[in-house]
Amino acid sequence: MAELWSIYLLPGIIILAQILAIIVPLLLAVAMLTYFERKIMAAMQLRMGPNVVGPFGLLQAFADGAKLFFKETVLPTSANKIIFVIAPMLTFLLSLVAWAVIPFDEGMVISDINVGILYLFAISSLGVYGIVMAGWASNSKYPFLSALRSAAQMVSYEVSIGFVIITVLLCVGSLNVSDVVRAQADGVWFFIPLFPMFIIFFISALAETNRHPFDLPEAEAELVAGYQVEYSSMTFALFFLGEYANMILMSGLTAILFLGGWLPPFDIAPFTWIPGPIWFFLKISVLLFVFVWVRATLPRYRYDQLMRLGWKVFLPFSLFWVALTAGVLVAFDLVPQT
Amino acid sequence: MGFMRNSARSLLLWEIVEGMALTFSYMFRKRVTVNYPYEKGPISPRFRGEHALRRYPNGEERCIACKLCEAICPAQAITIEAEPRDDGSRRTTRYDIDMTKCIYCGYCEEACPVDAIVEGPNFEFATETREELFYDKNRLLANGERWEREIAANIAADAPYR
Repeated sequence: MAELWSIYLLPGIIILAQILAIIVPLLLAVAMLTYFERKIMAAMQLRMGPNVVGPFGLLQAFADGAKLFFKETVLPTSANKIIFVIAPMLTFLLSLVAWAVIPFDEGMVISDINVGILYLFAISSLGVYGIVMAGWASNSKYPFLSALRSAAQMVSYEVSIGFVIITVLLCVGSLNVSDVVRAQADGVWFFIPLFPMFIIFFISALAETNRHPFDLPEAEAELVAGYQVEYSSMTFALFFLGEYANMILMSGLTAILFLGGWLPPFDIAPFTWIPGPIWFFLKISVLLFVFVWVRATLPRYRYDQLMRLGWKVFLPFSLFWVALTAGVLVAFDLVPQT
Repeated sequence: MGFMRNSARSLLLWEIVEGMALTFSYMFRKRVTVNYPYEKGPISPRFRGEHALRRYPNGEERCIACKLCEAICPAQAITIEAEPRDDGSRRTTRYDIDMTKCIYCGYCEEACPVDAIVEGPNFEFATETREELFYDKNRLLANGERWEREIAANIAADAPYR
């Protein structure tokens, strides 16, 4: 009995507690992100934004959530019901499982696996399945077109994201996510030597999360709401939560790869007093602000422009930069030894 | 040089940077939103809102039942019935406005020789049922009493242009 407790139950409880400690703040952050997005967009468009529910409208996201929760879930008669219901769950689930390998501080990570970056890349690639399944199972024209677009878009931009990650990994010499941050502790953060890659990664992250100006899958002017057309109530809410959780995840990934994760900007007294998770949170917040800022600024790309940018600009450029980085590392004998 | 400049501009995403700077600067400008139920926009003295029937300062109804407003009303929203009162003066017994028909053109106000029917500054008279928008004489006179101060000020302000 004691064995059962020490081998199975206790670790299980600890893991469960760790998962909850990440997911609950994450969902709260998603709720706050939707609120801040609306506030920032409003400020940039000289509007007020939500200001009625709670002080400064802070509880708006919860009011919206409660509204969606109590609405009826409509299942279209011609839809493939099983896939139709699984799709939003999958999107939501995938946006959460990736957090397992994200380090919030030195050693503060649920699962410190050696192929963490590969795992993140795999999970973010799987994200397209939720949308494709939704578009297919809805058995309706707009969602279907949206799913087609989304599949092509996310696959295209994953290629350049892959190359960007490779350049970073060349400088790190490890696939462990914590090692990526540790490699930036001694030297400079990677966004300085790899600045063009940082920009390409961020733009690709916009495309990967279907955010403006690459929100072609849900382009409300042409496809109404794309793959979300047939969804209502909690099924819609899960897509929504998934999309925003993905935004936070991609911001976190950018922060880890280029902005030194939990590291303070200068390794001197007043900066080192602030704990790592707070630095990580601040970096993610700044990146999320840019996500929203871009949305408030740029118009949507046309589909062929999107494809041209992905395949004819980003792909050759990132490929060139992989070769350049590798060449520089070998030529100056900087290859990391681990 | 032009080729160089264009290439540099597109490579450095210069136009996007400029655009982003512009939207960022807008964040600190004054909001244009009027927070409606708590703030309201200014209204002209000529504003044509909810109707009201006015009285003279001594309490006598202004309306003399000439029916000019009924005649001019392009939507035929006004219905008037009149007969002489006990003291011999001509007054309305019925003065109805169907606010769902009214197009707020203000002709009734202009036709009125005694400034009895006016369109006041009130535009917040939404109701939950259609029937509540069929105004009768009592309702219109009550409006007149409620809004007299504003209506009188508006008429005085607009008088030089009439």
